[in-house]
Amino acid sequence: MTMERPILNGQVWKFPENINTDLILPGRAQYFSEEEQKEVVFEANRPGWIREIRQGDIIVAGRNFGMGSSRPAARSLRNIGIGCLVADSINGLFFRNCVNWGFLALECPGVSNTFNEGDQAAVSFEDFSITNKMSGEVLSANAIPDSLLLTMNAGGVLPVLEAEGLISEAQV
Amino acid sequence: MGMTAIEKILAKNSNQASVKPGDLVVVEVGTAILYDNNLIPANWRNILKVKHPDRVVMVFDHRVPAKDIMSAQAHSTGRKFVKKFGIKRFHDVGAEQGISHVLVADHGYALPGTVLVCGDSHTCSAGVFNCAARGTGSPDMLYAVTKGETWFKVGETVRYDLINNLSAPASTKDVILHIANVYGDHATMNIEFGGPALPNLSMNARRTITTMSAELSAEFATFEPDPVMLEYVRGKNPGVEFEEQYPDPNANYHRRNTIDLAGIEPLVALPDAVLNNSRPAAELEGERIDQAFIGSCANGTLDDLAVASDMLGGRTVSKHVRLIVTPGSQSIYRQALKAGYIEKIMDAGAVVTNATCGACGGGHLGILSAGETCITASTRNFKGRMGDPDSRVFMASPATVAASAIRGSITDPRNIGN
Repeated sequence: MTMERPILNGQVWKFPENINTDLILPGRAQYFSEEEQKEVVFEANRPGWIREIRQGDIIVAGRNFGMGSSRPAARSLRNIGIGCLVADSINGLFFRNCVNWGFLALECPGVSNTFNEGDQAAVSFEDFSITNKMSGEVLSANAIPDSLLLTMNAGGVLPVLEAEGLISEAQV
Repeated sequence: MGMTAIEKILAKNSNQASVKPGDLVVVEVGTAILYDNNLIPANWRNILKVKHPDRVVMVFDHRVPAKDIMSAQAHSTGRKFVKKFGIKRFHDVGAEQGISHVLVADHGYALPGTVLVCGDSHTCSAGVFNCAARGTGSPDMLYAVTKGETWFKVGETVRYDLINNLSAPASTKDVILHIANVYGDHATMNIEFGGPALPNLSMNARRTITTMSAELSAEFATFEPDPVMLEYVRGKNPGVEFEEQYPDPNANYHRRNTIDLAGIEPLVALPDAVLNNSRPAAELEGERIDQAFIGSCANGTLDDLAVASDMLGGRTVSKHVRLIVTPGSQSIYRQALKAGYIEKIMDAGAVVTNATCGACGGGHLGILSAGETCITASTRNFKGRMGDPDSRVFMASPATVAASAIRGSITDPRNIGN
């Protein structure tokens, strides 16, 4: 099966190191619906930001992005329209949730020093390169194994399990 | 080249002779623990097949007893699932209620050398049993329950050798704050703990270290097996076979450092971050608090309640402070009652709640308002973690929190006289 390998272009929003899941999706919103959870993203550290972003924008961050809880914070970033995340390093549990919920994310040591907020970035999942379209600088990200990229780019784990007849929509 | 303990566990459970950093492995799941946050409509799906019902554990812990209609609905969904698939290890509201990671220890659910997954980030707690234990997302848990397997990226391993003895009231909570201060995050890496200090560290004391390794952003945090751990697990699982995994003598570590426990003093993490953010408690004395909390998967053990009871016995919580104490399980609660700890804690003016994650995650039983300051012996102090984003959360050991509750401001526990 041929796998789609996306190439994304978007405007960069910069975030510092150690961004935690309580900032992305505050605990008080854990039992909210997916729609309601969109409204509280980064409310404590960047109030109003969700009104400024446009579909397909790209987050560039420092080390250890997404440290903290198992909550579906990656899903909220996907749902508000962020095209992908590129960080110097990503917390392992947060990366799992990027695969789980179909949110594109790459680790690229040094990326946080290569972009300023507002720069235009091109992120290729064909060769795992990150290009700063303002400066022309090109970086190599850590490659993602095909099996994980396939899931990450096809809506996450739940559609896989549905296709295999292992789960169905919850009856409430 | 030899392998670290976690590499050997991952190799064994992926049926390979060896694994190395950079590998992606698919492993058999020995224990899969579901909990109430998995069961809310936004995360849960109707499960049509369970691969190994006897490997599944169901726990209600984050909002228990149900604190609102959404929690009640999640618990109802869990009860139906348990009934449908005949899940035997089920921890509902009642005598066997508790925080999942604490129950894993209470009941010996984590067997050395096996893989354990749960949809909560502090699942690394069970690494104390030489288990490949880690937190995953809700979809991972549906995958593990229906297919009986999961995937892991193999990271490099950092080794910490613990030497010498702690000098009470310094505790393993202070050890982990020290490691977070000196070494910062361990993102994408595993941590292996061992060394000559192990025989003098109780299983509870060690478990605070593995639980808190989530705050170092570690992938897996595992202890090298030793007789204390093996005897504990065998006592909980009579007749059950398992193969603990020791690191090879020529294991390849990313780095190896010695932690001298004798040099550890009471530390306090300042609000909003655990990494590189702690100061000696003595330097923060006088910082006024409104609330103090002792509990969670990191500090809700019987040992922690004993420390709180020793500190609070015959003393009184400051009039302007609310001290909330939440045992890690109802079983621990009952043991603390029999030992007389609860009486001393309550007589001092604390409120003792039922076992639950409670105030740690800002879920219920002690949420902070804007402008309030809390000192907590729990897992995290992120901005907004325990309530309003404009509250402040300092984090420390149970001894430091109890001492601070007595004085009404942050206090080095060595300064509360006998």
